[in-house]
Amino acid sequence: MITAGIDCGSKNTKIVIFKDDNIVSTASVLSGFDQEEAATEVLSKALENAGLERGEIKNIVATGAGMDAISFADDKVTTITANAAGAHFLFPSVRTVIDIGAEEGRVLRVDENGKVKDFGINEKCAAGAGAFIEAMARALEVDIATMGELSLKSTKQIPMNAQCTIFAESEVVSLIHQKTLKEDIIRAVHDAIADRNTSMVRQIGIEQDVALIGGVANNIGFIDSMNRNFGFDLLVPKELIAPEYVSALGAAIIAKEKMGG
Amino acid sequence: MVETKYPTEALKCWNKAKELREKYYEDYAKAHEKGGIRWAGGAWSFDAIPAGLGEDVYSLTGEPYGASVAFNDKFAQECHEATEAKGYARDLCSYMRNYWGSAILNKYAFPQFSDEFPKPDFMWQDHICCSHAKWYQVASDLEGGIPLFSIDVSVGPYEQLTDHKINYVVKQMHDGIKWLEEVTGRDYDDELLIKAVYNEFRTCHYWSAICTLNKTIPAPLDEKSMYSLYVLGTLKKSAQWTADFYEKELYPDIQDRVKRGIAAVGNEQCRVMTDTQPPWAFLRVFRYLEQYGCVSIGSLYTFGLIGLWEDQEDGTWGPRSIPNIELTNRDEALRALAEWNLSKPEWQHFYHPKLKSDMMIRIAREWKLNGVLLHFNRGCEGLSLGIAENRLAIQKAGFPVMPFEGNMGDEREFDLPRTMKRIDTFMESLGVEKFKI
Repeated sequence: MITAGIDCGSKNTKIVIFKDDNIVSTASVLSGFDQEEAATEVLSKALENAGLERGEIKNIVATGAGMDAISFADDKVTTITANAAGAHFLFPSVRTVIDIGAEEGRVLRVDENGKVKDFGINEKCAAGAGAFIEAMARALEVDIATMGELSLKSTKQIPMNAQCTIFAESEVVSLIHQKTLKEDIIRAVHDAIADRNTSMVRQIGIEQDVALIGGVANNIGFIDSMNRNFGFDLLVPKELIAPEYVSALGAAIIAKEKMGG
Repeated sequence: MVETKYPTEALKCWNKAKELREKYYEDYAKAHEKGGIRWAGGAWSFDAIPAGLGEDVYSLTGEPYGASVAFNDKFAQECHEATEAKGYARDLCSYMRNYWGSAILNKYAFPQFSDEFPKPDFMWQDHICCSHAKWYQVASDLEGGIPLFSIDVSVGPYEQLTDHKINYVVKQMHDGIKWLEEVTGRDYDDELLIKAVYNEFRTCHYWSAICTLNKTIPAPLDEKSMYSLYVLGTLKKSAQWTADFYEKELYPDIQDRVKRGIAAVGNEQCRVMTDTQPPWAFLRVFRYLEQYGCVSIGSLYTFGLIGLWEDQEDGTWGPRSIPNIELTNRDEALRALAEWNLSKPEWQHFYHPKLKSDMMIRIAREWKLNGVLLHFNRGCEGLSLGIAENRLAIQKAGFPVMPFEGNMGDEREFDLPRTMKRIDTFMESLGVEKFKI
C-alpha cells in the first residue's frame, strides 16, 4: 500500500511517500501564501521522484499549521500526533521528542507505542524557533547554512539575556559593537534557543531516549548546544530522512494505519 | 434535526437567570432615583453586612462587572487603553482594569440603564487577593474620593482555623458596621443582617448542590451555561432573590434533567474541567469542545467561588450543610458569616497550591473526568497562583492536562485559532474524535 503525508508548515511544505514501511520519496517547497498550491506542487514533485501516479496513493493525511488548506487530503492529524508517529518509527526507543520548526517549538512525551502522553507548545514567541536563527543570521550578515559550523569554533560562553527575538537582536548588535567574534555570538544564539526549548521539555519531563526533529535540527551548532544542556546526545534523524520530514513521515504512517495497514 | 446520543433541551429557568442579572445592574444604576444607596466592592466581600442598612441598598460587584466588560471586547479594549493612558501597567488584574477603565471613561457596561458610570456611595471590600484592596483604593481616587472600608480575611487555611482568627475577622466586621452608619447616616438593622446571612447560607449550599448533580453522566449542565448561573451568587449571594432562585427554581430544574437523562451536550463522550476564569470574549471555545462531544462539567472556580463544600457521609464531596443554628444578635450573625466564608474553597489556595490540587483531583475523580484544561490566566494573578504546580499534581494523579495561555479580560492576550489547534491535539491524544457534521 502506498500512502502520503503532507506537512504544511509555516515556511515549507514537506511530503513523504510511504510504501510497505519504506520511505520512497520526499520533497519540499516553500509554503508561500497559497498552501493548497504548495501542497499540489510538492505532491507532483514527490510523485515524479518516485515514478508514481497520483492514483497509486491510497490515502493522504495532512498535518502542520496549514493542514486545513489542503482540500485534497483524505484526512488530517495535528503536528504533535504526526511527530509522535514519525519519531517512534525512526527511533522506537524514543520517549521524548523535541520539534523545532520555523515558527514554533514543540515538545512531547510518548509511550512505547508512540502514543502522545503529554505535550507543550511555544506558540506565543519565535525566540525558541527557527525564525529566531534567521533573524540573527541577518543581523550578523552570515549565511544561515554556515551558522552551525561557525558556532562550533567558539570556545566562549556568552549568556543572552533577552527573552524576545527583537530585544535579542539588539543584544546581538551590542555584541557586534563590542567586537565580539561572530562564532561566539552565534553560539550564544544557539545556546539561547536551546535554553528556551530545554526549559519547555523540563515542564513535561525528560525521559530518554530524546529525539530532536524539525528544520532546526539540521544545525550542528544547535545540536551541540542541546546536547550540552541535556548532558547526553539527542537522537537526530540522519540516515533514513532529514529531520524536517519527520512530521510528514508520521502523517504518512497514520495514513497507512487509517487504511488498516 | 441532528440525532444525538442523549436528549437535550434548554433550561427552564434560563430566561429568569438573565432577567435577574439585568435587574441587578439596572437597580444599581437607578438606586439614587429611588432614594437608595449604592456600594461597590468585590464578589467575595461580606455583602450580607451592608444589607443591614436597608432594603434599598444596591451593590456593584467588581469581578462580574469586569467580566461583563470583557465579554464586550470592543468596550474592554477602550477600558484597557484608558487605564494604560493613565499609566497603569498592562499586566495588572484585567477585571480591575476594566472597572477602572469604566470609571475613567465614565461609561457603564450597561448603557441601557445609565449614560454614565454610576458612582458608589461607599466601597465595601475584603482582602485576600493582592489586587483586591488596591483595586478599590485606586477606584476611590479615580471616582473622586469614595469612602472605602476593607476587611482583611487572610487568616490562613480553613483546616487551621481557630477562635482567635475568627475573632480577628469579626472585630473588623463590627468596626465596619459602625463605619457604615457613619458614612451613610443610617441606623443599622440587625434583623436584616440576620436575614441576609441565612440567605447566603442557602445560596452557597444550593449552588454546590447544583454542581454536585453534574457528577451524573450525561452532565445536565455545561460550564458555559454555568457561567450565566453562578454569576447570580457573585452579584449578591446574600439576597433573597438569589437564594430563592437557586433553591426553588434552578436546583429542581437540574434535578429534573438528571431524572430524565437530559444532557447539556447531546453527544457527550468526553468530560473535562477547566480552571480559573475563562477568556470571556472567547466562550466559543466551549462550543468548539462540543464538536468532540466534550463537556466541561465546571471547575473548582465555578464550583468554589460561591459554593461551599464538605465531605458527605459516603465520603464524597458535596454541598456544605446549611448551619442548623438560630442567630439572635449581631455578633452571632457576624461570627457565623465569618466562619462560613472562611471555608470558601477558592480562598484556600492563596495559602498553598497543594490545597487547590487536592480539591481539583477530587473533582477529577468524582466527576469522572477524562482530562483537564488549565487556563494560565495572565489576567488574574490570584487564581493563577500555583497553577503550574496544580498541573503537575493532577498529571501525577493520572489525569491528562492541557494548559493554555490567555487572559480573562484582555483579549489581546488570547489566541483563539491556536487554542483550538491545541484542543485538537489534546483531543487526539485522548483518542477522542470530532463528530462529522
